[in-house]
Amino acid sequence: MRGKTDTINAVGPVFRKPGIYRVRQALRRDWQLLLLCSVPVLYFIMFHYIPMYGVQIAFKDFKAVDGILGSQWCGFKHFQRFFSSSQFWPLIKNTLGLSFLQILLGFPIPVLLAIMLNQTRNQKFRKFVQSIVYCPHFISIVVLTGMLYIFLSPRNGIINQVIQMLGGDPVFFLGDAKYFKLTFVISGIWQNAGWSAIIYIAALAGISPDLYEAAQVDGANKWQRIWHIDIPGILPTVVMMLILEVGKVMNLGFQKAYLMQNAQNLGASEIISTYIYKVGMIDAQYSYSAAINLFNNLVNILLLVTVNRIAKKTTNNSLW
Amino acid sequence: MTQEKKRLHRSFKTQAPADRLFDIINYLILVLVAVCVLYPLYFIVIASISDPVAINNGQVSFWPVGFNTTGYEKIFENTKIWRSYSNTIFYTVVGTTINVVMTMMLAYPLSRKNFFAKKLLTLFVMFTMYFQGGLIPTYLWMNDLHLYNTPWVMVLLPAINVFNLIIAINYISNNIPEELYEAASIDGCNHIRYFFSIVLPLSKTIVVVLILYYGVAHWNEFMNGLIYLRDEGLYPLQLTLRNILLQNQASGLGDVDSIIEQQKAAELIKYGVIIVSTLPVLVIYPFLQKHFAKGVMVGSVKG
Repeated sequence: MRGKTDTINAVGPVFRKPGIYRVRQALRRDWQLLLLCSVPVLYFIMFHYIPMYGVQIAFKDFKAVDGILGSQWCGFKHFQRFFSSSQFWPLIKNTLGLSFLQILLGFPIPVLLAIMLNQTRNQKFRKFVQSIVYCPHFISIVVLTGMLYIFLSPRNGIINQVIQMLGGDPVFFLGDAKYFKLTFVISGIWQNAGWSAIIYIAALAGISPDLYEAAQVDGANKWQRIWHIDIPGILPTVVMMLILEVGKVMNLGFQKAYLMQNAQNLGASEIISTYIYKVGMIDAQYSYSAAINLFNNLVNILLLVTVNRIAKKTTNNSLW
Repeated sequence: MTQEKKRLHRSFKTQAPADRLFDIINYLILVLVAVCVLYPLYFIVIASISDPVAINNGQVSFWPVGFNTTGYEKIFENTKIWRSYSNTIFYTVVGTTINVVMTMMLAYPLSRKNFFAKKLLTLFVMFTMYFQGGLIPTYLWMNDLHLYNTPWVMVLLPAINVFNLIIAINYISNNIPEELYEAASIDGCNHIRYFFSIVLPLSKTIVVVLILYYGVAHWNEFMNGLIYLRDEGLYPLQLTLRNILLQNQASGLGDVDSIIEQQKAAELIKYGVIIVSTLPVLVIYPFLQKHFAKGVMVGSVKG
C-alpha cells in the first residue's frame, strides 16, 4: 500500500506542467461545463456583484445627475450621522429585542414538536398532525398579517371576544407598541414551528434503533429515552440551527415587520430593515440608506463568524 | 418506519403506567396543537360565506351562519384583483421556468468534483449569501438597466436562490455518480449532451422540488413588487392583497349603495380574497408537502 502511494507521488512531479499549460488543458477538458454555467455566472455578476459595486455610495454624497462614480466622496459622514442620530439605539434595541424574543420562544418549540411527533406510534395520526402543522408555512406574509388584523381586531376579533367573555377589556394588539413583539413572535411560531420541526424529525429518524432497544431492555421509560437518547442524538442539529438563528439576529425579515407596522406601534415595530426601506425608498436619502444597510450587513457577517467560531470551539459543530 | 423500530413499540396495554400516561398527554397536546393551527384557517373559510353581521356579533365560530356569497361576487367583479392574479400567474410561470433552468445549469458543473473551476465558482456564488449590495444600490442598478417598473424585474432579479442551488448541487452529487459520466464519455458523450440526456432525466425529483420551492416563492412574492413596480397594472397579487387587507381599499371596489353595505362587503371581500389567493397553493398542498419536506432532507445532507 505504502509503496504504491510512493510511486504515484514520485511520478507526480515529473508530469507537472507549467501553470498556463495546465489551465489550458483544464479548459480543453471542461469548457462545456464552463459554457453551461456561463449564463448563471453572468446573472450573479449582473444582479449581485454590480450592485455590490454600488455600495460605494455609502461613502459618497450620491446625486442622481452625477451617477455613482461621479458623486463626491464624503468619508464616513453618513455612518457618523446614523450612529449619533436619535434613531440609532431604538432601532438596535427593537431589532435585537425582537430577534432574541423570537429565538427564546420560537427556537425550542420545533424541537419539542419533533420529539413529541417522534413518540407517536400511530403513523396515520402522525402524518395527519404533520400535514396540518406544515400548512401555514405556505401562506403568504400578506395573508398572515391580514389574518392577524382580522383575529386581533378590538371590535370583533375572536381573541378579543374571548377576552371580553372572560371579563377583560378588549386589547388593540396591533395598535400598541407594547404587544407588537409578542404578536410578531407568536404568529411566527404559528406559521413556521411545524415546518422548522422537519429537520429535527429527520435527525430523530436517523438515530439507531439499537439504542432504544438497549434502553428498553434496561427498563428505561419514555422520559428517560427522550432525555438520554433523543436529545443527545439531535444535539448537533440543534446547535447548527441555533448558530444560524443567532447569526441572523440583525437580519430580521423586512416584509412582516413592514406589513405589521402602523403609526401606533411604530415605537416597537421600527427595525433596521424597515428603516432602511423608509429612508431610502420614501425619503430618497440614497447614501444614508446605503450606509445603514452596509453597517447592518457587516455586523451580520461579524456575528455569523463569531457564533460559528464559538460553536466550533465548544461543540465541534460549525457551518464551515 | 423500519421493521426494527416497529418491533420496539410495545402495545399500549403492556406499557408501564408512566409510559401510558406519557402517551396520553403527548397525544392530547398534539391534538391541541393541530386544532390551534387549523382553526384560524377554517374560520376564514366559514367566515367568507357567512353573513357579516353574524361575524361582527361573534356568532360565527364552528359553521357558517347566514349563507352568503356577496364577498366572492364582489371579488369576481373586481378587475384589479383579476389583473394582479393574472400578473402573478405570469410571474410564477415564467419566473419558475427561468429559476429551474438557471439553477440546474449551475448546479451540474458545481457538483462535478474534478471541474477545475468548481472551488472558485462555489466561493463566487456563496459570497452573495453573506454580502449583498443592499436595497438602494440594487434599486439604482435596476433603474439603470431600465428594468424598473417592468415585469422582467420580477422574473430576472430572483433568478437563482443560493439555498435552492445548494439543494440541487447536493442532490446531483449524491445521486448521480461521477463514474457514470466517465462511462458515457468513453462512448463519446460530452458534458452538454450528458447534462440534457442523462443528468436532467435522473434529476426529476429535484426538479419537482425546485419547481415547488420557486413557484410558491413567486406566488407569495411581495417585496420586489413593492420596491420595483409603480404601475398598478403590473402589481402582483400580494401587493393588491395588501391594499385590500391592510389598507382598507376594498371599500372603493364595485358599486355598492350605502356606506354600511359597503363596509359589510369590504369585510366579506377580506375573507374571500384570502381564500381566492391561497387556493392554488392549498390545492396542490398534499403534493407540495411531500416534496417540500423531501427538499429539506436533501438540503441538509452535505454533498
